[in-house]
Amino acid sequence: MSKAAELAALIANVNNGSSLAAKNFIINGNMNVAQRGTSTTGLGADGATYNTADRFCHSLGNTAGRFTSAIIADGPSGFANCLKLSCTTADTSVAATEYFHLQHRMEGQNLQSIAKGTADAKPITASFYVKGNASATYVAELYDADNTRQISKTFSVTTSWSRVELTFPADTTGALDDDNALSLQLAIHLHDGSNFTSGTTNSSAWASATTANRGNSSATSFFDSTSRTFFLTGVQLEIGEKATEFEHEPYEATFRKCQRYYLKRQAGSAYSYWGSGHNASATAARLHQNFPVEMNHIPVLETTAADTFYAYSIDTVALSDVPTINNPSVWGSAVTFPTGSGTLTAGRGANAIARDSTSAYLAFESEL
Amino acid sequence: MEFKNAKYVKDYMDEEKKTEPYISISCTVDGRILSIPTVVGNRYYDEAMKQVKAGTLTIKDAD
Repeated sequence: MSKAAELAALIANVNNGSSLAAKNFIINGNMNVAQRGTSTTGLGADGATYNTADRFCHSLGNTAGRFTSAIIADGPSGFANCLKLSCTTADTSVAATEYFHLQHRMEGQNLQSIAKGTADAKPITASFYVKGNASATYVAELYDADNTRQISKTFSVTTSWSRVELTFPADTTGALDDDNALSLQLAIHLHDGSNFTSGTTNSSAWASATTANRGNSSATSFFDSTSRTFFLTGVQLEIGEKATEFEHEPYEATFRKCQRYYLKRQAGSAYSYWGSGHNASATAARLHQNFPVEMNHIPVLETTAADTFYAYSIDTVALSDVPTINNPSVWGSAVTFPTGSGTLTAGRGANAIARDSTSAYLAFESEL
Repeated sequence: MEFKNAKYVKDYMDEEKKTEPYISISCTVDGRILSIPTVVGNRYYDEAMKQVKAGTLTIKDAD
């Protein structure tokens, strides 16, 4: 796009209600943040899991297909990283109920400027860069979880990076809730059974969700071959009918946004400290963890095994069980480190440290 | 979600918490070691309760 065309698109979108800054509703669209790790193999079991790129969810059901999700140093000009999905087990006998959707879930209070469900509703445009091992066609869907409404559009993938630009019309029906819960998701359908494809793709206007109209019968199945790959980066969703240049932001800005949903504190050395607290009893040390940003909702605690931690009060004490969450809020939580052995002195100061393990971590998760 | 080795955890260290015997559930979910607060509205806790109600999940009492 020429600079003049880019400026015209930007002005058109601003006139439609978009912002010059913070215009992208997608968090981590350039795949720069991967707190959980940069590669996970053997994915494909039923469920919705976050494994590599922060904020991007692998949602699967009923398929025998398996894949690897990875963040790799590849991308079109201006992008250092992308999400690469590689099929490792094919599934060519596709049952009606099967699906694999790559989702980005957004909370309603961040989407009020779209004015969805009002007479002033705005069109929105999704854009992203894709490539694959071969030509393919997939479906991108916007799904309104508050009002069970949706709209889908197909897009093409080639073996070279190309930018997909999809404009979705305004929807004057179904306001998005002004709260912290899931309201809207952008989903890329990579594999759909006939339950999703037996109707006619609902592509021209938002409508009450009918499962059969969410996919497309001509779309490619990501699980059709073990040579199948799908690369994605530069994901943007903005107000307006034009896709404007991807909004790059400082790493720490994206990182902070991601921490609202997942916050990982990994040992930086073999005996890293996680902060201080006290011995709540003779058999447990307790620390308080403050969160750098308010989390989306009260989180769960994710940890490594008990033998990757010590309670430390005067001396190191092995844990008898895994750490547990205690009286959490959206801004912080106590974490209890049980020792079981009765060797601690209640009330005395305590720490928790890694037990000769750089893989040890505490993480708090409040994904939508 | 596939819950394994689910067990309630008591806040037995705090005398004042005796009226709230279970404060979390320790388990693995899809291979991840989790401590789930007993808070209605948390998607993990709600799913665990749904599976308990359906009879597909049993959560052990706290030690």
